[in-house]
Amino acid sequence: MSHAPAKASSETRKQLFRVWRGDKTAGTFKDYTATVTPGMVVLDVIHQIQAEQANDLACRWNCKAGKCGSCSAEINGKPRLMCMTRMDELPTDMPVVVEPMKAFPLIKDLVTDVSWNYDVKKKIKPFKPRKPDAPDGTWRMDQADVDRVQEFRKCIECFLCQDVCHVLRDHHKHEEFIGPRFLVYTAALEMHPLDTEDRLADLRKSQGLGYCNITKCCTKVCPEHITITDNAIIPLKERVVDEYFDPVTKLFKMFKKKT
Amino acid sequence: MSRVNVPLPQPRSLAETSRQDRWWVQPLAVFLGLTAFLVYANWAAFQASNFFASAAHPTVSLFGGTKSVAHYLSPMYSPVLYDIPGMTSGHAWFGEAPSWLVSLWDFIPGSYSPAFLILIFPAGFRLTCYYYRGAYYKAFWGDPLNCAVGEPGFRGKKYRGEAKLPLILMNIHRYFLYAALVFILILSYDALISYWFTNPDTGKGSFGIGVGSLILTINPILLGGYTLGCHSLRHLVGGKKDCIGAKGLRRTSYECVSCLNRGHMKWAWFSLVWVGFTDFYVRMVASGAWTDYRLF
Repeated sequence: MSHAPAKASSETRKQLFRVWRGDKTAGTFKDYTATVTPGMVVLDVIHQIQAEQANDLACRWNCKAGKCGSCSAEINGKPRLMCMTRMDELPTDMPVVVEPMKAFPLIKDLVTDVSWNYDVKKKIKPFKPRKPDAPDGTWRMDQADVDRVQEFRKCIECFLCQDVCHVLRDHHKHEEFIGPRFLVYTAALEMHPLDTEDRLADLRKSQGLGYCNITKCCTKVCPEHITITDNAIIPLKERVVDEYFDPVTKLFKMFKKKT
Repeated sequence: MSRVNVPLPQPRSLAETSRQDRWWVQPLAVFLGLTAFLVYANWAAFQASNFFASAAHPTVSLFGGTKSVAHYLSPMYSPVLYDIPGMTSGHAWFGEAPSWLVSLWDFIPGSYSPAFLILIFPAGFRLTCYYYRGAYYKAFWGDPLNCAVGEPGFRGKKYRGEAKLPLILMNIHRYFLYAALVFILILSYDALISYWFTNPDTGKGSFGIGVGSLILTINPILLGGYTLGCHSLRHLVGGKKDCIGAKGLRRTSYECVSCLNRGHMKWAWFSLVWVGFTDFYVRMVASGAWTDYRLF
Protein backbone atom coordinates (compact mmCIF):
# COMPACT_ATOMS: atom_id res chain seq x y z
CA MET A 1 0.00 0.00 0.00
CA SER A 2 1.59 3.26 -1.06
CA HIS A 3 0.44 6.76 -0.25
CA ALA A 4 1.16 9.94 -2.07
CA PRO A 5 2.50 12.60 0.30
CA ALA A 6 1.08 16.02 -0.38
CA LYS A 7 3.35 18.19 -2.46
CA ALA A 8 4.04 21.69 -1.23
CA SER A 9 1.66 23.75 -3.28
CA SER A 10 -0.04 27.06 -3.09
CA GLU A 11 -3.43 25.43 -3.41
CA THR A 12 -6.00 25.14 -0.68
CA ARG A 13 -7.52 21.69 -0.38
CA LYS A 14 -9.96 19.67 1.68
CA GLN A 15 -8.57 16.90 3.90
CA LEU A 16 -10.42 14.30 5.92
CA PHE A 17 -9.35 14.05 9.56
CA ARG A 18 -10.21 11.16 11.84
CA VAL A 19 -9.89 12.39 15.43
CA TRP A 20 -10.29 10.39 18.62
CA ARG A 21 -13.15 11.74 20.72
CA GLY A 22 -13.92 10.43 24.16
CA ASP A 23 -12.81 10.19 27.76
CA LYS A 24 -11.58 7.50 30.14
CA THR A 25 -14.90 5.66 30.02
CA ALA A 26 -15.54 5.46 26.27
CA GLY A 27 -14.59 6.95 22.95
CA THR A 28 -14.63 6.66 19.20
CA PHE A 29 -13.13 8.20 16.08
CA LYS A 30 -15.03 11.06 14.48
CA ASP A 31 -14.49 12.37 10.97
CA TYR A 32 -13.99 16.03 10.18
CA THR A 33 -13.26 17.62 6.85
CA ALA A 34 -10.83 20.48 7.21
CA THR A 35 -9.55 23.13 4.84
CA VAL A 36 -5.81 22.83 4.51
CA THR A 37 -3.78 25.74 3.27
CA PRO A 38 -0.05 25.77 2.48
CA GLY A 39 2.26 25.83 5.51
CA MET A 40 -0.26 24.37 7.94
CA VAL A 41 0.71 21.90 10.64
CA VAL A 42 -1.58 19.30 12.22
CA LEU A 43 -2.12 21.49 15.28
CA ASP A 44 -3.47 24.26 13.00
CA VAL A 45 -6.03 21.85 11.62
CA ILE A 46 -7.02 20.66 15.10
CA HIS A 47 -7.52 24.30 16.10
CA GLN A 48 -9.57 24.87 12.96
CA ILE A 49 -11.78 21.87 13.76
CA GLN A 50 -12.08 23.11 17.33
CA ALA A 51 -13.13 26.58 16.17
CA GLU A 52 -15.50 25.60 13.39
CA GLN A 53 -16.84 22.10 13.98
CA ALA A 54 -16.20 20.80 17.49
CA ASN A 55 -15.88 23.49 20.14
CA ASP A 56 -15.55 20.88 22.87
CA LEU A 57 -12.56 19.12 21.30
CA ALA A 58 -9.85 18.94 23.98
CA CYS A 59 -6.22 19.36 23.00
CA ARG A 60 -3.22 20.56 24.97
CA TRP A 61 -0.84 23.01 23.37
CA ASN A 62 1.29 25.96 24.26
CA CYS A 63 4.26 27.24 22.24
CA LYS A 64 3.45 25.94 18.76
CA ALA A 65 7.19 25.92 18.12
CA GLY A 66 8.24 22.41 19.14
CA LYS A 67 9.75 23.55 22.41
CA CYS A 68 7.12 23.13 25.12
CA GLY A 69 6.29 19.48 24.51
CA SER A 70 2.57 19.97 25.17
CA CYS A 71 0.90 18.92 21.91
CA SER A 72 2.13 15.31 21.87
CA ALA A 73 -0.26 12.96 20.12
CA GLU A 74 -0.26 10.09 17.65
CA ILE A 75 -0.59 11.11 14.04
CA ASN A 76 -1.23 8.29 11.59
CA GLY A 77 -0.14 5.92 14.35
CA LYS A 78 3.20 7.57 15.08
CA PRO A 79 3.89 9.55 18.26
CA ARG A 80 4.63 13.10 17.14
CA LEU A 81 4.24 16.74 18.14
CA MET A 82 1.18 18.13 16.37
CA CYS A 83 2.84 21.51 16.00
CA MET A 84 5.85 20.06 14.22
CA THR A 85 4.01 17.78 11.80
CA ARG A 86 3.51 19.59 8.55
CA MET A 87 0.45 18.74 6.54
CA ASP A 88 2.49 18.43 3.36
CA GLU A 89 4.38 15.47 4.92
CA LEU A 90 1.21 13.42 5.26
CA PRO A 91 -0.56 11.30 2.65
CA THR A 92 -3.46 13.05 1.00
CA ASP A 93 -5.32 9.98 -0.22
CA MET A 94 -6.50 8.81 3.18
CA PRO A 95 -7.76 10.33 6.41
CA VAL A 96 -5.23 11.82 8.81
CA VAL A 97 -5.71 9.87 12.05
CA VAL A 98 -5.08 11.83 15.26
CA GLU A 99 -5.17 10.00 18.59
CA PRO A 100 -4.04 10.67 22.15
CA MET A 101 -0.89 9.05 23.55
CA LYS A 102 -1.38 5.43 24.57
CA ALA A 103 0.99 5.07 27.50
CA PHE A 104 -0.91 7.47 29.75
CA PRO A 105 -4.48 7.60 31.05
CA LEU A 106 -6.85 9.55 28.87
CA ILE A 107 -8.53 12.65 30.27
CA LYS A 108 -10.45 13.78 27.21
CA ASP A 109 -10.05 13.57 23.43
CA LEU A 110 -6.36 14.27 22.73
CA VAL A 111 -5.40 15.14 26.30
CA THR A 112 -3.75 12.56 28.54
CA ASP A 113 -2.73 12.66 32.17
CA VAL A 114 1.07 12.68 32.18
CA SER A 115 1.44 13.37 35.92
CA TRP A 116 2.94 9.91 36.47
CA ASN A 117 6.09 11.29 34.86
CA TYR A 118 6.40 14.03 37.46
CA ASP A 119 6.16 11.48 40.26
CA VAL A 120 8.89 9.40 38.64
CA LYS A 121 11.21 12.38 38.31
CA LYS A 122 10.98 13.16 42.02
CA LYS A 123 12.35 9.71 42.85
CA ILE A 124 15.58 10.08 40.91
CA LYS A 125 18.52 11.04 43.09
CA PRO A 126 19.39 14.69 42.42
CA PHE A 127 22.66 16.19 41.27
CA LYS A 128 25.39 15.93 43.92
CA PRO A 129 28.52 17.81 42.87
CA ARG A 130 31.99 17.09 44.18
CA LYS A 131 33.75 19.69 46.30
CA PRO A 132 34.67 22.83 44.36
CA ASP A 133 38.01 22.67 42.52
CA ALA A 134 39.01 26.20 43.34
CA PRO A 135 38.97 28.24 46.57
CA ASP A 136 36.40 30.59 45.06
CA GLY A 137 33.89 27.74 44.98
CA THR A 138 34.08 27.04 41.25
CA TRP A 139 34.77 23.85 39.30
CA ARG A 140 36.88 22.98 36.27
CA MET A 141 35.54 20.72 33.55
CA ASP A 142 36.58 19.85 30.02
CA GLN A 143 34.13 21.21 27.49
CA ALA A 144 34.12 17.83 25.71
CA ASP A 145 32.88 16.14 28.89
CA VAL A 146 30.15 18.73 29.32
CA ASP A 147 29.11 18.33 25.69
CA ARG A 148 28.34 14.64 26.23
CA VAL A 149 25.62 15.34 28.79
CA GLN A 150 24.49 18.54 27.10
CA GLU A 151 22.71 16.47 24.45
CA PHE A 152 20.39 15.08 27.11
CA ARG A 153 19.43 18.55 28.28
CA LYS A 154 17.73 19.25 24.96
CA CYS A 155 14.77 17.18 26.19
CA ILE A 156 11.51 19.14 26.14
CA GLU A 157 9.59 16.52 28.13
CA CYS A 158 7.02 15.87 25.45
CA PHE A 159 6.93 12.23 26.66
CA LEU A 160 6.67 10.86 23.13
CA CYS A 161 9.52 8.47 23.99
CA GLN A 162 7.55 7.24 26.99
CA ASP A 163 4.49 6.84 24.78
CA VAL A 164 6.20 4.75 22.11
CA CYS A 165 8.13 2.57 24.59
CA HIS A 166 6.38 -0.80 24.52
CA VAL A 167 7.36 -1.49 28.14
CA LEU A 168 4.97 1.28 29.19
CA ARG A 169 2.64 1.32 26.22
CA ASP A 170 1.93 -2.38 25.90
CA HIS A 171 3.19 -3.93 29.12
CA HIS A 172 2.10 -1.15 31.51
CA LYS A 173 5.20 -1.49 33.66
CA HIS A 174 4.75 1.97 35.12
CA GLU A 175 5.44 0.72 38.61
CA GLU A 176 8.73 -0.95 37.74
CA PHE A 177 10.16 1.03 34.82
CA ILE A 178 10.90 4.74 34.59
CA GLY A 179 10.93 4.90 30.79
CA PRO A 180 13.36 6.43 28.28
CA ARG A 181 12.72 10.03 29.30
CA PHE A 182 13.96 9.41 32.80
CA LEU A 183 16.78 7.19 31.72
CA VAL A 184 17.98 10.18 29.70
CA TYR A 185 17.48 12.38 32.75
CA THR A 186 19.43 9.92 34.91
CA ALA A 187 22.17 9.66 32.28
CA ALA A 188 22.54 13.45 32.30
CA LEU A 189 23.15 13.30 36.05
CA GLU A 190 25.11 10.05 36.20
CA MET A 191 27.55 11.04 33.44
CA HIS A 192 27.95 14.62 34.60
CA PRO A 193 31.65 15.36 35.17
CA LEU A 194 30.97 16.86 38.62
CA ASP A 195 28.37 14.43 39.91
CA THR A 196 29.30 12.03 42.70
CA GLU A 197 25.96 10.33 43.36
CA ASP A 198 25.54 6.61 42.63
CA ARG A 199 22.27 5.75 40.92
CA LEU A 200 23.19 2.32 39.57
CA ALA A 201 21.43 0.31 42.28
CA ASP A 202 18.22 2.25 41.68
CA LEU A 203 18.56 1.85 37.93
CA ARG A 204 18.87 -1.88 38.22
CA LYS A 205 16.32 -2.53 40.93
CA SER A 206 13.52 0.01 41.31
CA GLN A 207 13.83 1.82 37.97
CA GLY A 208 13.86 -1.25 35.74
CA LEU A 209 16.68 -0.46 33.33
CA GLY A 210 16.74 -4.15 32.38
CA TYR A 211 13.24 -3.90 30.96
CA CYS A 212 14.55 -1.86 28.04
CA ASN A 213 15.13 -4.24 25.15
CA ILE A 214 16.75 -1.68 22.89
CA THR A 215 14.09 -1.32 20.24
CA LYS A 216 15.29 2.25 19.65
CA CYS A 217 11.70 3.43 19.18
CA CYS A 218 12.33 6.22 21.69
CA THR A 219 15.23 7.51 19.61
CA LYS A 220 13.12 7.42 16.45
CA VAL A 221 10.31 9.58 17.84
CA CYS A 222 12.38 12.16 19.76
CA PRO A 223 11.60 15.57 18.26
CA GLU A 224 14.88 16.90 19.64
CA HIS A 225 16.82 14.08 17.95
CA ILE A 226 18.44 12.95 21.18
CA THR A 227 20.22 9.64 20.59
CA ILE A 228 18.43 8.17 23.58
CA THR A 229 19.29 4.51 23.18
CA ASP A 230 22.90 4.69 22.05
CA ASN A 231 24.07 7.65 24.11
CA ALA A 232 22.00 7.34 27.28
CA ILE A 233 20.38 3.95 27.84
CA ILE A 234 23.11 1.61 26.59
CA PRO A 235 25.89 3.50 28.44
CA LEU A 236 23.78 3.17 31.61
CA LYS A 237 23.28 -0.53 30.93
CA GLU A 238 27.04 -0.91 30.56
CA ARG A 239 27.62 0.85 33.88
CA VAL A 240 25.16 -1.52 35.52
CA VAL A 241 27.04 -4.45 33.94
CA ASP A 242 30.27 -3.08 35.47
CA GLU A 243 28.66 -3.05 38.87
CA TYR A 244 26.59 -6.22 38.88
CA PHE A 245 27.37 -8.59 36.02
CA ASP A 246 31.07 -8.40 35.26
CA PRO A 247 33.11 -10.27 37.86
CA VAL A 248 36.42 -9.24 36.31
CA THR A 249 35.63 -5.53 36.43
CA LYS A 250 34.28 -5.96 39.92
CA LEU A 251 37.44 -7.69 41.04
CA PHE A 252 39.56 -5.02 39.38
CA LYS A 253 37.59 -2.31 41.17
CA MET A 254 37.99 -4.04 44.53
CA PHE A 255 41.73 -4.36 43.96
CA LYS A 256 41.96 -0.73 42.91
CA LYS A 257 40.14 0.44 46.03
CA LYS A 258 42.54 -1.47 48.29
CA THR A 259 45.68 -0.14 46.58
CA MET B 1 6.46 3.80 42.04
CA SER B 2 3.22 5.70 42.36
CA ARG B 3 0.72 5.59 39.61
CA VAL B 4 -2.04 7.92 38.55
CA ASN B 5 -5.38 6.63 39.65
CA VAL B 6 -6.89 6.28 36.20
CA PRO B 7 -6.95 3.06 34.18
CA LEU B 8 -4.75 2.96 31.13
CA PRO B 9 -6.22 2.07 27.76
CA GLN B 10 -6.11 -1.62 26.94
CA PRO B 11 -2.99 -2.70 25.07
CA ARG B 12 -3.58 -3.26 21.39
CA SER B 13 -3.72 -6.74 19.99
CA LEU B 14 -1.10 -8.28 17.73
CA ALA B 15 -0.17 -6.01 14.80
CA GLU B 16 -2.94 -3.53 15.64
CA THR B 17 -1.80 -0.04 14.74
CA SER B 18 -2.87 3.20 13.13
CA ARG B 19 0.41 3.42 11.27
CA GLN B 20 -0.15 3.80 7.56
CA ASP B 21 3.39 3.17 6.37
CA ARG B 22 4.86 -0.24 5.58
CA TRP B 23 5.91 -0.85 9.18
CA TRP B 24 6.24 -4.58 8.55
CA VAL B 25 8.97 -4.25 5.92
CA GLN B 26 11.83 -3.67 8.35
CA PRO B 27 11.14 -6.56 10.75
CA LEU B 28 10.40 -8.83 7.80
CA ALA B 29 13.67 -7.89 6.11
CA VAL B 30 15.56 -8.55 9.37
CA PHE B 31 13.75 -11.87 9.79
CA LEU B 32 14.55 -13.00 6.27
CA GLY B 33 18.13 -11.72 6.37
CA LEU B 34 19.00 -13.34 9.68
CA THR B 35 17.17 -16.55 8.86
CA ALA B 36 18.98 -16.84 5.54
CA PHE B 37 22.31 -16.31 7.25
CA LEU B 38 21.53 -18.79 10.04
CA VAL B 39 20.51 -21.46 7.55
CA TYR B 40 23.58 -20.88 5.41
CA ALA B 41 26.00 -20.71 8.37
CA ASN B 42 24.65 -23.96 9.81
CA TRP B 43 24.81 -25.67 6.46
CA ALA B 44 28.36 -24.44 5.90
CA ALA B 45 29.48 -25.49 9.39
CA PHE B 46 28.07 -29.00 8.94
CA GLN B 47 29.81 -29.46 5.59
CA ALA B 48 33.22 -30.12 7.15
CA SER B 49 34.76 -29.87 3.68
CA ASN B 50 35.73 -27.29 1.06
CA PHE B 51 36.65 -24.67 3.62
CA PHE B 52 40.21 -24.09 2.42
CA ALA B 53 41.85 -23.71 -0.97
CA SER B 54 44.10 -26.59 -1.93
CA ALA B 55 46.30 -27.90 -4.74
CA ALA B 56 43.34 -29.87 -6.13
CA HIS B 57 41.91 -26.64 -7.55
CA PRO B 58 44.76 -24.14 -7.92
CA THR B 59 44.56 -20.45 -8.62
CA VAL B 60 45.11 -19.52 -12.25
CA SER B 61 47.11 -16.45 -13.20
CA LEU B 62 44.97 -14.03 -15.19
CA PHE B 63 48.00 -13.11 -17.31
CA GLY B 64 49.87 -16.21 -18.43
CA GLY B 65 47.71 -19.01 -17.13
CA THR B 66 50.26 -20.41 -14.68
CA LYS B 67 48.89 -22.21 -11.68
CA SER B 68 49.63 -21.71 -7.99
CA VAL B 69 48.11 -22.83 -4.72
CA ALA B 70 46.37 -20.20 -2.61
CA HIS B 71 46.16 -20.31 1.19
CA TYR B 72 42.58 -19.21 1.53
CA LEU B 73 40.65 -20.25 4.61
CA SER B 74 36.95 -19.71 5.19
CA PRO B 75 36.26 -17.25 8.05
CA MET B 76 33.58 -19.61 9.32
CA TYR B 77 36.29 -22.19 10.06
CA SER B 78 39.01 -19.86 11.23
CA PRO B 79 40.93 -20.55 13.37
CA VAL B 80 41.16 -24.28 12.63
CA LEU B 81 42.10 -25.68 16.04
CA TYR B 82 42.13 -29.32 14.96
CA ASP B 83 42.08 -30.72 11.45
CA ILE B 84 39.52 -33.28 10.46
CA PRO B 85 41.28 -36.70 10.58
CA GLY B 86 42.64 -37.51 7.13
CA MET B 87 42.19 -33.96 5.85
CA THR B 88 45.24 -31.70 6.22
CA SER B 89 44.23 -28.10 5.73
CA GLY B 90 47.61 -26.59 6.51
CA HIS B 91 45.85 -24.15 8.85
CA ALA B 92 45.44 -26.28 11.98
CA TRP B 93 46.93 -24.89 15.18
CA PHE B 94 47.21 -28.21 16.99
CA GLY B 95 47.28 -30.77 14.19
CA GLU B 96 44.75 -33.53 13.69
CA ALA B 97 41.72 -33.80 15.95
CA PRO B 98 42.25 -36.24 18.84
CA SER B 99 40.03 -39.31 18.79
CA TRP B 100 38.11 -38.25 21.95
CA LEU B 101 37.09 -35.07 20.21
CA VAL B 102 35.94 -36.82 17.07
CA SER B 103 34.07 -39.42 19.11
CA LEU B 104 31.91 -36.64 20.61
CA TRP B 105 30.18 -36.56 17.26
CA ASP B 106 28.81 -40.01 17.97
CA PHE B 107 26.29 -38.09 20.08
CA ILE B 108 25.94 -35.02 17.84
CA PRO B 109 24.39 -35.02 14.37
CA GLY B 110 26.81 -34.81 11.48
CA SER B 111 30.54 -35.38 11.66
CA TYR B 112 33.32 -33.44 13.35
CA SER B 113 33.71 -30.01 11.84
CA PRO B 114 36.36 -27.52 13.03
CA ALA B 115 33.75 -24.76 12.68
CA PHE B 116 31.85 -26.04 15.69
CA LEU B 117 34.80 -25.36 17.98
CA ILE B 118 34.97 -21.66 17.18
CA LEU B 119 31.62 -20.45 15.82
CA ILE B 120 30.23 -19.90 19.32
CA PHE B 121 32.42 -16.80 19.68
CA PRO B 122 31.36 -14.76 16.63
CA ALA B 123 27.81 -16.12 16.96
CA GLY B 124 27.70 -15.15 20.64
CA PHE B 125 29.06 -11.71 19.86
CA ARG B 126 26.31 -11.06 17.34
CA LEU B 127 23.61 -12.71 19.42
CA THR B 128 24.32 -10.42 22.37
CA CYS B 129 25.08 -7.31 20.28
CA TYR B 130 22.94 -4.34 21.25
CA TYR B 131 21.96 -3.67 17.65
CA TYR B 132 20.99 -7.24 16.83
CA ARG B 133 19.10 -7.62 20.10
CA GLY B 134 16.78 -4.76 19.27
CA ALA B 135 16.43 -6.01 15.71
CA TYR B 136 15.67 -9.66 16.40
CA TYR B 137 13.43 -8.98 19.39
CA LYS B 138 11.21 -7.26 16.85
CA ALA B 139 11.68 -9.63 13.95
CA PHE B 140 11.56 -12.98 15.77
CA TRP B 141 9.72 -12.25 19.03
CA GLY B 142 7.43 -9.41 17.94
CA ASP B 143 8.40 -7.62 21.12
CA PRO B 144 7.26 -5.24 19.71
CA LEU B 145 6.67 -6.02 16.03
CA ASN B 146 7.66 -2.45 15.32
CA CYS B 147 7.36 0.90 17.06
CA ALA B 148 3.76 1.70 18.05
CA VAL B 149 2.50 -1.62 16.70
CA GLY B 150 0.52 -4.00 18.93
CA GLU B 151 2.15 -7.05 20.50
CA PRO B 152 0.93 -10.57 21.17
CA GLY B 153 -1.58 -10.09 23.96
CA PHE B 154 -0.47 -13.02 26.12
CA ARG B 155 2.66 -11.23 27.34
CA GLY B 156 0.99 -8.27 28.98
CA LYS B 157 2.45 -7.57 32.40
CA LYS B 158 4.40 -10.83 32.35
CA TYR B 159 7.03 -9.06 30.27
CA ARG B 160 10.49 -9.40 31.82
CA GLY B 161 12.68 -7.84 29.16
CA GLU B 162 16.36 -8.18 29.96
CA ALA B 163 15.78 -7.75 33.67
CA LYS B 164 15.51 -11.46 34.43
CA LEU B 165 16.49 -14.84 33.03
CA PRO B 166 16.98 -15.75 30.28
CA LEU B 167 17.66 -12.40 28.62
CA ILE B 168 19.61 -11.03 31.57
CA LEU B 169 22.40 -13.21 30.14
CA MET B 170 22.78 -10.64 27.36
CA ASN B 171 24.96 -8.76 29.82
CA ILE B 172 27.74 -11.17 28.91
CA HIS B 173 28.24 -9.22 25.68
CA ARG B 174 31.59 -7.69 26.64
CA TYR B 175 33.15 -11.13 27.10
CA PHE B 176 32.19 -12.05 23.55
CA LEU B 177 33.65 -8.71 22.53
CA TYR B 178 37.03 -9.74 23.90
CA ALA B 179 36.86 -12.92 21.80
CA ALA B 180 35.72 -10.96 18.75
CA LEU B 181 38.74 -8.67 19.03
CA VAL B 182 41.02 -11.72 18.97
CA PHE B 183 39.12 -13.01 15.93
CA ILE B 184 39.82 -9.76 14.08
CA LEU B 185 43.53 -10.44 14.53
CA ILE B 186 43.17 -14.05 13.39
CA LEU B 187 41.14 -13.13 10.33
CA SER B 188 43.61 -10.36 9.52
CA TYR B 189 46.35 -12.99 9.57
CA ASP B 190 44.23 -15.14 7.22
CA ALA B 191 43.92 -12.14 4.93
CA LEU B 192 47.66 -11.60 5.06
CA ILE B 193 48.56 -15.17 4.10
CA SER B 194 46.04 -15.06 1.27
CA TYR B 195 48.64 -12.92 -0.54
CA TRP B 196 51.07 -15.83 -0.47
CA PHE B 197 50.89 -18.44 -3.24
CA THR B 198 52.81 -21.68 -3.59
CA ASN B 199 54.09 -23.05 -6.87
CA PRO B 200 52.76 -26.63 -7.01
CA ASP B 201 55.78 -27.90 -8.98
CA THR B 202 58.66 -26.35 -7.05
CA GLY B 203 56.96 -25.79 -3.69
CA LYS B 204 58.28 -22.23 -3.66
CA GLY B 205 56.14 -19.45 -2.31
CA SER B 206 55.65 -16.01 -3.79
CA PHE B 207 53.67 -12.86 -3.17
CA GLY B 208 50.57 -12.42 -5.29
CA ILE B 209 47.09 -10.97 -5.34
CA GLY B 210 44.18 -13.24 -6.11
CA VAL B 211 40.50 -12.39 -6.24
CA GLY B 212 40.21 -14.41 -3.04
CA SER B 213 42.92 -12.28 -1.42
CA LEU B 214 40.81 -9.18 -1.93
CA ILE B 215 37.69 -10.89 -0.64
CA LEU B 216 39.52 -12.18 2.42
CA THR B 217 40.96 -8.69 3.04
CA ILE B 218 37.63 -6.90 2.93
CA ASN B 219 36.32 -9.38 5.51
CA PRO B 220 38.39 -8.27 8.55
CA ILE B 221 37.98 -4.64 7.51
CA LEU B 222 34.19 -4.92 7.68
CA LEU B 223 34.36 -7.05 10.81
CA GLY B 224 36.72 -4.51 12.33
CA GLY B 225 34.30 -1.70 11.56
CA TYR B 226 31.57 -3.67 13.27
CA THR B 227 33.56 -4.91 16.26
CA LEU B 228 35.40 -1.65 16.94
CA GLY B 229 32.09 0.22 16.94
CA CYS B 230 30.65 -2.04 19.66
CA HIS B 231 28.71 -0.30 22.43
CA SER B 232 30.58 -2.28 25.09
CA LEU B 233 33.92 -1.25 23.62
CA ARG B 234 32.75 2.36 23.59
CA HIS B 235 32.06 2.01 27.29
CA LEU B 236 35.34 0.27 28.06
CA VAL B 237 37.62 2.70 26.20
CA GLY B 238 36.21 5.76 27.88
CA GLY B 239 32.45 5.87 28.14
CA LYS B 240 32.51 4.53 31.69
CA LYS B 241 34.32 7.66 32.86
CA ASP B 242 32.46 10.86 33.64
CA CYS B 243 35.63 12.78 32.80
CA ILE B 244 37.10 11.42 29.60
CA GLY B 245 39.20 14.53 29.11
CA ALA B 246 39.60 16.79 26.12
CA LYS B 247 42.73 15.15 24.72
CA GLY B 248 44.77 11.99 25.00
CA LEU B 249 44.47 8.34 24.09
CA ARG B 250 41.23 7.80 25.99
CA ARG B 251 39.45 10.70 24.27
CA THR B 252 40.76 9.70 20.83
CA SER B 253 39.73 6.07 21.36
CA TYR B 254 36.31 7.11 22.62
CA GLU B 255 35.74 9.40 19.65
CA CYS B 256 36.89 6.76 17.15
CA VAL B 257 34.69 4.05 18.63
CA SER B 258 31.78 6.51 18.84
CA CYS B 259 32.28 7.37 15.18
CA LEU B 260 32.06 3.71 14.14
CA ASN B 261 29.23 3.16 16.62
CA ARG B 262 27.03 5.66 14.79
CA GLY B 263 26.99 3.29 11.81
CA HIS B 264 26.87 0.11 13.89
CA MET B 265 23.79 -1.25 12.14
CA LYS B 266 25.35 -0.85 8.68
CA TRP B 267 28.65 -2.39 9.77
CA ALA B 268 26.71 -5.26 11.36
CA TRP B 269 24.90 -6.11 8.15
CA PHE B 270 27.74 -5.52 5.71
CA SER B 271 30.12 -7.63 7.79
CA LEU B 272 27.54 -10.40 8.21
CA VAL B 273 26.87 -10.62 4.50
CA TRP B 274 30.56 -10.48 3.68
CA VAL B 275 31.45 -13.29 6.08
CA GLY B 276 28.85 -15.45 4.34
CA PHE B 277 30.06 -14.42 0.90
CA THR B 278 33.71 -15.05 1.81
CA ASP B 279 32.87 -18.55 2.99
CA PHE B 280 30.87 -19.10 -0.18
CA TYR B 281 33.73 -17.91 -2.38
CA VAL B 282 36.31 -20.10 -0.64
CA ARG B 283 33.84 -23.01 -0.82
CA MET B 284 33.32 -22.53 -4.53
CA VAL B 285 37.06 -22.29 -5.19
CA ALA B 286 37.87 -25.27 -2.95
CA SER B 287 35.27 -27.42 -4.64
CA GLY B 288 36.41 -26.43 -8.10
CA ALA B 289 33.08 -24.89 -9.06
CA TRP B 290 34.73 -21.50 -9.46
CA THR B 291 38.26 -20.73 -10.58
CA ASP B 292 40.20 -18.26 -8.50
CA TYR B 293 42.22 -15.86 -10.61
CA ARG B 294 45.50 -14.35 -9.64
CA LEU B 295 45.70 -10.72 -10.68
CA PHE B 296 49.35 -10.26 -9.83
